[in-house]
Amino acid sequence: MTTLAPASSAAVAAKNNRQVDTRPLLWPSVIVLFLWMIVPLAMTLYFSVIRYNLLNPALTGFAGLENYTFLLDDPTLWTSLWNTLVLVGSVLVITVVLGTLFAVLYNQEFPGRNVARLLVIAPFFVMPTVSALVWKNMMMHPVYGLIASLQSMVGLQPTDWFTDYPMFSVIVIVAWQWVPFAFLILLTAIQSLDSEQKEAARIDGAGPFAMFFYITLPHLSRAISVVIMIETIFLLTIFAEIYVTTSGGPGTATTNLAWLIYSVGLLQFDVGYASAGGIIAVILANIVAFFLVRTVSRNLQQG
Amino acid sequence: MAEVVLRNIKKSFGPVDIIKGVDIDINDKEFVVFVGPSGCGKSTLLRMIAGLESITDGELSIDGKRVNDLSPADRGIAMVFQTYALYPHMTVRDNMGFSLKLAKVPKAEIDRKVNEAARILKLDPLMDRKPKALSGGQRQRVAIGRAIVRNPKVFLFDEPLSNLDAALRVQMRIEIARMHSDFDATMIYVTHDQVEAMTMANKIVVLQGGIVEQVGSPLELYHHPRNRFVAGFIGSPTMNFLDVAVKGVAPEGITIELPGGDSLTVPVVAGATKAGDKLTLGVRPEHLQEGSGDGKLTGTALVVERLGGATYAYVKLDNGTMITAEVDGNSHIKVDDQIQLGVRSETCHLFAADGLALAQSARHPLADVGRGNPGAH
Amino acid sequence: MSAHGSTPQKTPRWIPILAWVIAILVFFPIFWMALTSFKTETEAISTPPSLFFTPTMENYNDVFDRSNYARFVWNSIAVSFGSTLLALAFAIPAAYAMAFFPTKRTPSTLLWMLSTKMMPPVGVLIPMYLLFKTLGLLDTVTGLLIIYTLINLPIVVWMLYTYFKDVPGEILEAGRVDGATPMQELFLLLLPLAVPGIASTGLLSVILSWNEAFWSLNLTSSQGAPLTAFIASFSSPQGLFWAKLSAASLMAIAPILVVGWMSQRQLVSGLTFGAVK
Repeated sequence: MTTLAPASSAAVAAKNNRQVDTRPLLWPSVIVLFLWMIVPLAMTLYFSVIRYNLLNPALTGFAGLENYTFLLDDPTLWTSLWNTLVLVGSVLVITVVLGTLFAVLYNQEFPGRNVARLLVIAPFFVMPTVSALVWKNMMMHPVYGLIASLQSMVGLQPTDWFTDYPMFSVIVIVAWQWVPFAFLILLTAIQSLDSEQKEAARIDGAGPFAMFFYITLPHLSRAISVVIMIETIFLLTIFAEIYVTTSGGPGTATTNLAWLIYSVGLLQFDVGYASAGGIIAVILANIVAFFLVRTVSRNLQQG
Repeated sequence: MAEVVLRNIKKSFGPVDIIKGVDIDINDKEFVVFVGPSGCGKSTLLRMIAGLESITDGELSIDGKRVNDLSPADRGIAMVFQTYALYPHMTVRDNMGFSLKLAKVPKAEIDRKVNEAARILKLDPLMDRKPKALSGGQRQRVAIGRAIVRNPKVFLFDEPLSNLDAALRVQMRIEIARMHSDFDATMIYVTHDQVEAMTMANKIVVLQGGIVEQVGSPLELYHHPRNRFVAGFIGSPTMNFLDVAVKGVAPEGITIELPGGDSLTVPVVAGATKAGDKLTLGVRPEHLQEGSGDGKLTGTALVVERLGGATYAYVKLDNGTMITAEVDGNSHIKVDDQIQLGVRSETCHLFAADGLALAQSARHPLADVGRGNPGAH
Repeated sequence: MSAHGSTPQKTPRWIPILAWVIAILVFFPIFWMALTSFKTETEAISTPPSLFFTPTMENYNDVFDRSNYARFVWNSIAVSFGSTLLALAFAIPAAYAMAFFPTKRTPSTLLWMLSTKMMPPVGVLIPMYLLFKTLGLLDTVTGLLIIYTLINLPIVVWMLYTYFKDVPGEILEAGRVDGATPMQELFLLLLPLAVPGIASTGLLSVILSWNEAFWSLNLTSSQGAPLTAFIASFSSPQGLFWAKLSAASLMAIAPILVVGWMSQRQLVSGLTFGAVK
């Protein structure tokens, strides 16, 4: 996507005028993706307006908006939406701030820089169930965890993280996984900063802070927005970390939208009710996706 | 025999017309250069001949056969691309033999043809290398070799030398010219470099804005430009243009008043021109000398560039017009000097208000001489 | 803190120290897990934690002997490589068509494909579960493989599209002049040229599938379960086998960690759909 404009437009047109039927090439992908997009969604939509409970086969029939009104009256929905917001918001702030600072830090020359970078990136490649269990058992366990041991060593009462600070604990785990993602993207972006531009700024008298705020940060702004949007899409449906640590609890303290739908649908088997929740999740994700697609398409046009 | 004939060729990208109706006749074994500023449509035109761009309207024939709808491979052409476009994953040998392999030519014959081309281009020691391991000049040679192997009726070159350094460019220029006389093939060559155009072509086609401005031998374009655009495009430094008024018209030429008051009679066919008309005088920097000629121009030297053999003086005339003069390398002229430049009437061109040149009374003796006559070697 | 990456200005002393402290802290949980995998179960839960111990390979042997570990490994390999190959088979022709025979609809097709990736899995969890139940695909490798193919297909198409666009058009044009048909262009010219791009696309797809933990947790339990789901089974309170968990986990993440480290550059453009390169 980096060819010169006139050349590429000429090339595009040139390729266009060859009489090649591209349908057999393109359509397999389009058809499977179309089915994947439309069939489950249509089913969710359908289930969300009928009475459908796997534990109670007698309960049938058209429900209209009943599932939705029940859902909207259910305080758990609002708790789960709030929890989703807290989880997504906190992780976004942590990952973007630390990701940016790390990107600047690891862009400096120092001995062993490449190895240090690899260490920082590593958590992103760890499967979510492993990360969650390592933190749950080996770091944050109230008896055997490393943090508890450190606390005892200095004479403090060990904290029972998942009981006393459940949301905080989940946020720590998720942030640990996603800071490397933000770091990786922003480091790549920062490396594309023209070194002559930095040299010009230095000659103009920019100190380290002015350099960061007036040169580096503006350069990173687009990458940061991409990070925010992609992370949001994934974070909206954080599931595995909650599954292996808190199971949404204690109470509903760590129940996010994904967990709520899972527990209503696959633990309580109320398909209709869960599907209404699913539609809400789809709507939320689409709002974010709208902005992401707009950014990417702008990028596509810039070529 | 491979004439290439373009009849009213047009190309549009959507609503934008890139080529606006072009007629060109290219004779067998001719070396034709398309030249023009960037965006003039010369590369598009070449790619249309190659079959890489569709032809919106008009007729293209090669060797007497309409080829508008033939695929590139069936047109009897071969093309050398600006970036060489070698297949990076194939050896030199495979690059050169690829077209024959696709055409299912027997292996022994492919080897024979490839080895023959390699011998001509002195590529023998490089045959098993990948393009990555070659220098720019060697890649260029392989690209030419790939074209030769196809034994085409027409060779097409799309700015093939623009990625080479200056010294190599001169060398390859000579090789391509020699290849032309050795191969008896028609060649069409696109460049934006007028030196390449002047040195290689039998016939130059000057394009601008999708229109043919002039077709002719190199010296014809130099001495008899059809209009102001061609006059300004051919020749370096570019031709000087001065606004002048017509003082009188006579059979031997038009008498004009130079800035500064001198009269000069330029030997052109007057046509409808009459006294009092405004014309543009064109005179090349190399045709201005210090001292006096048939008429003189006076001004102040603002910048003096010494190239050794020649000296370029950028002169502000007394009426404010800037002109360039190529004076002797040993000239003592300095910045801020008052300078007098002599003009010889037979080297002058006159252009009417519509930009067209007034025909010169006498044809330049070398105007019809190209770089060797087509077909003769 | 400034960004004078490659300039001759001297880096302050504290920078390397800070950078290394942070790097070690971030990596520490993984390091600690690796350490634990060589301890006995007793050492693994001793307080204070034992730093000096005689390393044992016992856990690795146990994991293989007792828990059908090989099956989960095989399932992970099968779903991630299988879905990647399948996605490539779908995506290569599609990306080729869009990169080299674009139409007015091409940009919107690309964006639409991307937008299917935005579908939150939880929104379609219930119907997929019921559909899989009906079709007998629950807890099967086949079922998971189909899902992973579909969720990775848009990214694979995008990445390939980006790589194909970077192949110089003149090379393919030279092929046309040499008489190549569109299929010959694809197989004899484009694919050999795009091998690095196809490889890194495949790697990203393998990494994402290997680590996927929403569908694997919800649609598989034992027979068709990959490593992500197997590891999650250690979360039950009865199972305080941390050393074995660590051994199993380390083996599960090590190959992907190495692959991820090697291909981080390409991953960035894939993960951001080409928005950051």
